[in-house]
Amino acid sequence: MAEKIDAEQVKKVAKLARLQLSEDEIGEFTGQLEAILEYVEKMDELDTADVEPLAHCLPIANVFREDIIMPSLGTDASLANAPQRDGSFFRVPKILDDNPGA
Amino acid sequence: MSAGKQTAIELRDQIGAGRASSLDATKAVFECIDRLEPTVGAYISLFRDEALARAEDVDRRIAAGEPVGALAGLPVAVKDVLCTRSGATTCGSRLLEHFHAPYDATVIRKLHDADAVIVGKTNMDEFAMGSSTENSGLKQTVNPWDPQRVPGGSSGGSAAAVAARLCSVAIGSDTGGSVRQPASFCGVVGLKPTYGRVSRYGLVAYGSTLDQVGPLGRTVSDVALMLNVIAGHDPADSTSIDETVAPVEDYLTQVNEPVEGLKIGVVPAFNAGAEAPIQSAVAAALDVYRSAGAEIVEIEMPHLDYAIAAYYVIATAEASSNLARYDGVHYGHRTENPADYVEVYSKSREEAFGKEVKRRIMLGTYALSSGYYDAYYLKALKVRNLIRGDFTQAFEKCDAIAMPVAPTTAFKIGEKMDDPLKMYLSDIYTISANLAGLPGISVPCGQDGNGLPIGLQILTPAFTEGKLLRIGRMFEGATEWHTKKPAMVES
Repeated sequence: MAEKIDAEQVKKVAKLARLQLSEDEIGEFTGQLEAILEYVEKMDELDTADVEPLAHCLPIANVFREDIIMPSLGTDASLANAPQRDGSFFRVPKILDDNPGA
Repeated sequence: MSAGKQTAIELRDQIGAGRASSLDATKAVFECIDRLEPTVGAYISLFRDEALARAEDVDRRIAAGEPVGALAGLPVAVKDVLCTRSGATTCGSRLLEHFHAPYDATVIRKLHDADAVIVGKTNMDEFAMGSSTENSGLKQTVNPWDPQRVPGGSSGGSAAAVAARLCSVAIGSDTGGSVRQPASFCGVVGLKPTYGRVSRYGLVAYGSTLDQVGPLGRTVSDVALMLNVIAGHDPADSTSIDETVAPVEDYLTQVNEPVEGLKIGVVPAFNAGAEAPIQSAVAAALDVYRSAGAEIVEIEMPHLDYAIAAYYVIATAEASSNLARYDGVHYGHRTENPADYVEVYSKSREEAFGKEVKRRIMLGTYALSSGYYDAYYLKALKVRNLIRGDFTQAFEKCDAIAMPVAPTTAFKIGEKMDDPLKMYLSDIYTISANLAGLPGISVPCGQDGNGLPIGLQILTPAFTEGKLLRIGRMFEGATEWHTKKPAMVES
C-alpha cells in the first residue's frame, strides 16, 4: 500500500488539519501513526475489487421537508459563546492584505 | 430510604405511588455523591439546586394527582457529550470547558418531558475518543470496583456513576463500544441502540455514521425503561429512522417475556481472543441460555478480524471532518494574540485539544488526503460492507450473537496510555456493531480473579431492541451477577 509516513508528511498533514504541532508531537505522532497505519494495512489481505463501499447502514437515502422557515437561534444566543464579538459579528484578525497590489 | 437499594423501576413505581419521594431519593443520591464522588470523579458538573427543585416539583404534582412522565422523579446522570441549556457542555475537552449550549439535545428534552431529575453531567474521554476515560481533559474517573483501575470509556463517568449509586440510571454514547465497554468494566448494563433509533440532535458529533446515544442502568429493565423514553424519530435529526419503517416498541412491557426457540450464534475462534476468565464467564452464560431452552450454534464471521482496522480509518476520517468546526472563531477556546487568522485556527486547536484527539484528527486527515483516500478510506468502507455482510449471513442462522464485551477486565490507570494501538485493540469486540449499525447490550456475567466485573455482549439485527432486551433479561433473570456491587457502596 502506501510508503512509510515520515516527519515531513506528518507536518504536511498537521497543516491540512490546522494543528500547530510542537516538534515533540511531530516526532511522537510520526512513530505512532506509522504503527497504526501498518496495522490498518491488514485490510489489504482482503480482495475488495467487487465490493461496494458502505458509507452508512440506514435504510434511507434522502430526507426532505417542506421549504418553510422554522424557528432558529437569535443573534445574541448565536454569539453568546463567541471568543470575541463586535456587535452582531464574530471578531477575527484581518484576513485580507492591506496592499494586495504590493 | 436510599436510592442505592432500589432499581430505577422500583424507585419510579414507589415515587409514583406516593410511597417514596423524589426529593428523598435525590437527596440520597447527593449524599452518595458527597461521600464517594471525591474518590470516583464521575461528574464534570452537578446540578444540585436545580435537581432538588425539580424533585420537589415532581413530588408536588404527584401529591396533587397531576399526570407525570415515565421517569417521574428519577435521579438521572447524562454524559457531557449532550447539549444542555443548563450549565456547560464540555465534551471532556478544555476546548469546550466554558461552552454553554444555546439549546437542549432532543434526548435531554425527552428526559425533561418524562420528568427525570438530571443530577449532573458525567466525565468522558475527550470528544468520546477513548476506551478508558483517561483522555478527559478535565478530570480522572476511577473504577468503583478498584480505584487503581479505569472505568472504561468513553462513557466512563456514566458507568461509574451507576455502579457507585451516584445516580439511578444514566445516558452515554457509543461510537465504537463507549456504552457497552464501560458498562462491562463497571458491572452494570449498557445498551447501544440501532443506528437511527435515538435522535442525535444535540449530541456532539465524533463519528457521524457510527455515533448512537444509549442508556446505562443496573438492570436490563431499567435500560428498557430509558429506551422507551429516548427512542423515536426526530425531525431535527435526519438520520433518525422513520417510525413507519422501524416502529418504536414498548420495550419495558415485554422485557420479561423469554424468547421461545432462541438460537444464539457464537464464533468460537473470535471469542478465544479474550482472557481466560472472560472466556469461562461467556461459556457459563451460554450454559444458562441452554438451560433456558436456547440452542447455541457455531457461526462464521470471517471479516470481524478486520473491524478495528476499518473502524480506526472511518471513525478518524469522520472525526477530522467533524472537529474542523472547532476553529476558535464561533465558540470554544481561542489562542491569545494570534499572529494572523490561520493561527486563530491552528494555535487554538493545538493549545486546547488533547493528545488523542490530535492523533485521531491527524490519522483521519491523512486517510482522507489526496493520494491516500482510495487506499485507506475507500478500502475501509468496502471492508465495512463485508463486515455487515457477515452479520446478515449470521442472522440467517441465529437470532442473536453472543461474545465478550472486551478482551480484558478493567485495566490499571496509565497501563495503555503510552501505546495508542494497544488501546485501540481493546475495542475488538464492540466495534463491529457500530460498523454494521446494530444494537448491542452488555450484561454483567461474572467476575475475574481480582473480583472485577465481566460483561456478556449480545447483538441482534437492526431495530430489534425489544428482542435484544428480552434475551438480556433471560440471562439476568436466571443469575445474580447484576446484584453485585462495589465494596465502596455500603449495603
